[in-house]
Amino acid sequence: MMVTKPEELHQLPAYKEALVELLFQLADDDFIIAYRGSEWLGLAPHIEEDVAFSSITQDTMGHAAMYYQLLEDIGIGNANDLAHGRTAAERRNAILLEEVNGPGHYLHEPQYDWAFAVVRNYFYAQAKKVRIDSLKNCSYKPLAQVAVKVNMELYYHLMHWRTWFVQLVNAGGEARERMRKAVEKVFDDFAGVLSLGEKGEKMVECGLIDSEEVLKARWLQAVKPVFEQTNLELPSEFQMKRGNGRNGEHTADLIEALATLSEVYRMDPLAIW
Amino acid sequence: MEKLTAALAAVKDPEIDSISIVELGMVENIQFADGEAMVKLLPTFIGCPALDIIRQRVEQVLSDLEGVEQVTVEFIHHPPWTSDRITEQGREKLKQFGIAPPPKQTGPNGEWQVECPYCQSSYTLMENIFGPTACRSIFYCKQCKNPFEALKPISIWM
Repeated sequence: MMVTKPEELHQLPAYKEALVELLFQLADDDFIIAYRGSEWLGLAPHIEEDVAFSSITQDTMGHAAMYYQLLEDIGIGNANDLAHGRTAAERRNAILLEEVNGPGHYLHEPQYDWAFAVVRNYFYAQAKKVRIDSLKNCSYKPLAQVAVKVNMELYYHLMHWRTWFVQLVNAGGEARERMRKAVEKVFDDFAGVLSLGEKGEKMVECGLIDSEEVLKARWLQAVKPVFEQTNLELPSEFQMKRGNGRNGEHTADLIEALATLSEVYRMDPLAIW
Repeated sequence: MEKLTAALAAVKDPEIDSISIVELGMVENIQFADGEAMVKLLPTFIGCPALDIIRQRVEQVLSDLEGVEQVTVEFIHHPPWTSDRITEQGREKLKQFGIAPPPKQTGPNGEWQVECPYCQSSYTLMENIFGPTACRSIFYCKQCKNPFEALKPISIWM
């Protein structure tokens, strides 16, 4: 089956439900990790990294905006409202991506952890790559088309984070030790990134995306040479210690982030930008 | 129709004001019927903040034309914009602006070589794959000792 236009979804309620769920996962993931990325602005290890990270963050926020636009196109609501106006319980992002960058606040005494930033972003970019490659064959044509476009930008993001990852782990000493700890910490919640949530099976049945198992195997295959090259141990199972964000389970970190990022929006939701 | 195309050639990229959206290869389709002009544009990068400005400028220049009563501008993602859509003229204008055009070909491992837009030397170094806008990278010319920017190659094989 191939669905080429949003209008065709009226006839396909079950298909539409699975598609909407998937789009929220894609949108909310990119949205919240881009927000966490924006908090690093001015704090990255050096100025070239500040340029790079903010550029990646801008691309990623663009991807989120485009997924929210796809939701708007199928009548779920206005893209801006979907991005800013939904509560934590309505969000479908993985818990790993909502976690704060570290202790402190970006305006005063930020003690952000660069090792955590590199590991989280590398693992996420690789997971996104696996998903995007699968979405190129998505049965919902508008999503398959944007996947081709996202993929071209993601190419540079993934290369960037992989380079940081290999260089820091192979640097030895404190860098390696901190990276090793960050890897452990990220794996504690990484199953949530690879999860498709309660409606995952339905998404697969509808031909929207490959199954969790297939995506996970591809992710492992992609990072395996990097783990070998850096002499790190790659577990075959990951955890979801704090719950599954795909099903609306979230932490206080997300509630606080939403309060901050939607502050201006909530002052005047009808304002035109 | 020719008038519409000519008018679009006057819409410059707000961040590189020597090059038009036509030369950048952003214009995919122009249609005109019953006083309504419909333009389909391809964004270079999805999150490019210049898109809204470009939309406004297209609406402006087309509605100034005689006989055009309504203008619809749509950004589409298919076909995807790729950097080989930039015209030869566009590549020259980028150089005049001090920006190296994107390499037409990359090596087997994706590596790319860029010539300095000032002295044409290929003795250049990439300083940062990311730059001041989503579409640019930062280079340094070892020959004439100038820093310069280059447009990133964006291609379907990636």
